[in-house]
This record gives sequence, C-alpha cells and structure tokens, in this order.
Amino acid sequence: MKKIEAVIKPFKLDDVKEALNEIGIQGMTITEVKGYGRQKGHKEIYRGAEYVVDFIPKVKIEIVVDAERADQVVEAILESAKTGKIGDGKIFVLPVEEAIRVRTGEKGKDAI
Amino acid sequence: MVRKLLPLTAALCLLSFSTAFAGEGLDSGDTAWIIVSAALVMMMTPAGLALFYGGMSRYKNLLNTFAMTLVAYCLTSVIWMVWGYTLSFGPDKAGVVGGLDHLFMAGIGVDTLTGSIPTLVFAMFQMTFACITVALVLGAIVDRMKFSSWVVFTVLWVTFIYCPVAHWAWGGGWMGAMGALDFAGGTVVHINAGVAGLVLALVVGKRIGYGKEAMFPSSITLTALGAALLWFGWFGFNAGSALAADGVAASAFLVTNTSAATAALAWMFAEWKVNNKPTVLGLASGVVAGLVAITPAAGFVNMPASLAIGLVAGLLGFYSVAVLKQKLGYDDSLDAFGVHGMCGIWGALATGIFANPAITEGASGLLYGNPKQLWIQIVSIAATAAFTAVGSVVIIYVTKAITGGLRVPEEEEVQGLDSTVHGERGFEII
Repeated sequence: MKKIEAVIKPFKLDDVKEALNEIGIQGMTITEVKGYGRQKGHKEIYRGAEYVVDFIPKVKIEIVVDAERADQVVEAILESAKTGKIGDGKIFVLPVEEAIRVRTGEKGKDAI
Repeated sequence: MVRKLLPLTAALCLLSFSTAFAGEGLDSGDTAWIIVSAALVMMMTPAGLALFYGGMSRYKNLLNTFAMTLVAYCLTSVIWMVWGYTLSFGPDKAGVVGGLDHLFMAGIGVDTLTGSIPTLVFAMFQMTFACITVALVLGAIVDRMKFSSWVVFTVLWVTFIYCPVAHWAWGGGWMGAMGALDFAGGTVVHINAGVAGLVLALVVGKRIGYGKEAMFPSSITLTALGAALLWFGWFGFNAGSALAADGVAASAFLVTNTSAATAALAWMFAEWKVNNKPTVLGLASGVVAGLVAITPAAGFVNMPASLAIGLVAGLLGFYSVAVLKQKLGYDDSLDAFGVHGMCGIWGALATGIFANPAITEGASGLLYGNPKQLWIQIVSIAATAAFTAVGSVVIIYVTKAITGGLRVPEEEEVQGLDSTVHGERGFEII
C-alpha cells in the first residue's frame, strides 16, 4: 500500500476531487495547511508597517491506495492540480505498513 | 440666575459667533438639532471609535479595546455631570477654569437656557465631546496597558486636563478671550488627545515584539465600518457646534464631508504611489484625518478651503504614520498622535489661514487680511500641547503610583488582554 500526500492550491481542490472520483478513488482526507516553498510569501503593509506573510494557505490531500494504483493517482492529481504557475504544490508517495478499518477490524487492502 | 448665565453666553459668542442666539428665548429648531447632534456624537465613541480602534488592534486585544472605549465613555459621562461640566463651563476663574457653582448640575433647571437651547442639552452635547477626547487617547496604548490604570488615567485626565482646556477655548477662558478660533475642537479635542497619547505611549513603552514580529489588525472591515460611523457622527460634532440650526451649521456640514472625502483620496493616492497598493486602512485613516483637520475650521471656512484642508490632512496623516513614526521609533499603536495630533495641529493652523468673514462674521484668517489670527492659532496650539504634555506626564505617574505600574505582565500581554483581563474572546473561530 502507498500513501499519497499532495499539497495543492486550495482553489484546485474540487478539480482534484473530481479527477480522483473518475478513476474510482472512494475516499480521502484533507487538511487546510499553510506553508511556503519557492513561491515564498507576500508583503502586507498597514500604515507604513510592512509585514512579510511567509505562510500561504494550501490544502493537503491524503489518500492511501493499493501500491499498483499509486501511479494512476499521482497522474490524476498532476493533471488536475496543475496551473503551470509557481506555487502549484508537491506530491509525496510513502509506503504504508498496515491499514485497519475501525468498524470491522478488516486489515490490509480490504480496509482501504 | 440671569447673571449666572452671562459668562456662559459670553463663552458661546466666542465658541461659534453664531447669530442665532441673538434672539430671545428657546428656539425649538435649534434645540431639536442639538439634541440630535449630541446623540450623533455619542455614537462616535462606543460605536465609531470602538470599531475603528478595535479593528486595528490585534485579534487577542479586540475586546479590551472595546472595553477601554466603553468605560471611558461611561466614566466621563458621570464625571461630567458631577464636576466636569462646572469645571469647564462654570463661572470663569481667572480665565483658567470654571467655578464649582454647578456641581451635580446644581442651579440648572429645565428652563435654564444657553443661547437658544436648554443648558441641559448644551451640557449633554459638551459631555459627548469630553467622552470622545479621552477615548481617542487610548489608541496610543492598546495591546499593553492595565485596565485599572486606564480607568484611573481617564478620571484624572478628564478632570485635570480636558476640563481646563475646554474652559480656555469655550468656557470663557483666556484662549477664547485672546480670539483663538476653535469651532468644534481642534485644540480642545484633537491636539489635546493626540499629545496626551504620544506622552502615554512614550511612558508606557513599546509593545513586546514591536518592529520585529508582525502585528496584524484584527479586522480592517470593522475599522472601515468604524470610520464610516465616525464620519456620520462627525456631522453632529461639527455642524452641531454651531449650537443652532442655521446657515453656519449648513456650511459646517458641507465642508466636513468635503474635507473627509478629499483627505481619504489624498491618503489613498499617496499610498498607492509609495507602497503600490491603495489599502482600505489607508482610505479609512484618510477619512478620519480629513475630519480631524476640518474640525476647528468647520464654521469658519468655505468649500474651496475645505478641499485644501482635506488634501493636506490626507498627505500629512500618511506621512506621519508611514514615515515620521518609523523614524522617531515610538509605538503609538493606532496612531492617536499621527492622525489626531498632527492633523489637529494642521487644522488649527488652517483655521488661522482660511477663516472667511463671509461665513462667520468677525472671524478672518491670513488670506482675508488678518495675519495676526495665524499667530493667535500658533499660541493656542503651543499652549495646549505644552499644558497637555506636562500635565499628562504628571497624571501618568500619579496613575502609575495608584495602580502599581501601567503595564500588564509580560505573559498576559503575549497571551492577549481579552482573555487575561476580561475572561472573554472577541471571536469564536474554528
């Protein structure tokens, strides 16, 4: 099993969700996060006092899938989250040791 | 009774030069307008100023800013009725202060008149000015002052600073007698509050992290709404200061709006040019700068003059808070001095320049062949600023002694005053 973590632009969330639905992904967890990479932050000026706002709002999506499907998921996110401009985000793929469904106690592939 | 009223009437002549009270007895039109004006000015403190300042304070101190504003209004309301009114408008004592004849409003009944309006209405109208003046000061020290210190400071400052200065300008004191023109409170309200704010900010000291960490306003939306309410209330402040529903009031009404709008535009364009963005805070600040500057001049100048007064006020206000404050390095959190002090001084000077005898007979400035008026204005500005600066320092140290320090403990300042002082929160945001 693999976990795909994608940090994307918030306004792209609906597009990504739709793209994932289309390839049959049935669930995901999202978090509103803040961060910065190459995009850096922006400046705000209040009555002459200049503040650099480093952390920009992003959405983090977490999905766990069967290892064979990981590439397909990454592909779907890449296509749907891309604007071509700086700040589009990143995708990470991590190995997952175990998954357990709380209600039934099922384990592994059956649980995701 | 009649003799008691004479000094008051004399004071009013100096205040407004209005011809309306040349007539005999109560004028119901004037009375109605001043009752409405007093209510308009009342709204400026617990609504207008509280929102204007509250929106600029940090999210963790928004309620504390509201609380300081509201408590200043309540304290001053009581003080005014007990001893404030008589110290300001009681029978003149050597041109410096009013006598104590009207303690607890003694000797003022429903039939007592000030000009063409009941003295009770006049006293209420003047009370709202005292309330907003002391509340303006708190802009300099939000985010860090002890609430108990603010309460003590308010009581002492209204009593020993506001009342005498109001007497000097409007209550038959020396400044009015000298011929200083202050229609609605350039010296009494804005220079007074601005200088006191600066002194208080210097003594209390900077906020923790000032200049290093980002201090975001809690809500520019609230600030913009507050500026709009201040603007609305200011029609009562300035047009009401004619103490009559007459042509001078009409002129004051018009120039007040024009100056505010012009200053807002000036501030906006200056900021747009210098910092690349026309900020909403800049627009709202410009509105207040223009209102402050036109205040002493409102009943004396014509429309073209209000364009000039507003233009300079907008640029001066922007320069004061964006450049001057950074250079001098004091932490006047919400720019009580930068906006009210600086633009108040400009307004008082502008009155000496632009006062037009066609608006109010006998009030001429530099441009109408009376350069001496400008000198009188300078003297009144300097005297007010000096008295307020020295007097406020004394009051601040007395306050410090009474309340055992002026600042909240460091830990409470970091956590925020809403929770540590009041045990409440301004917002519930998940």
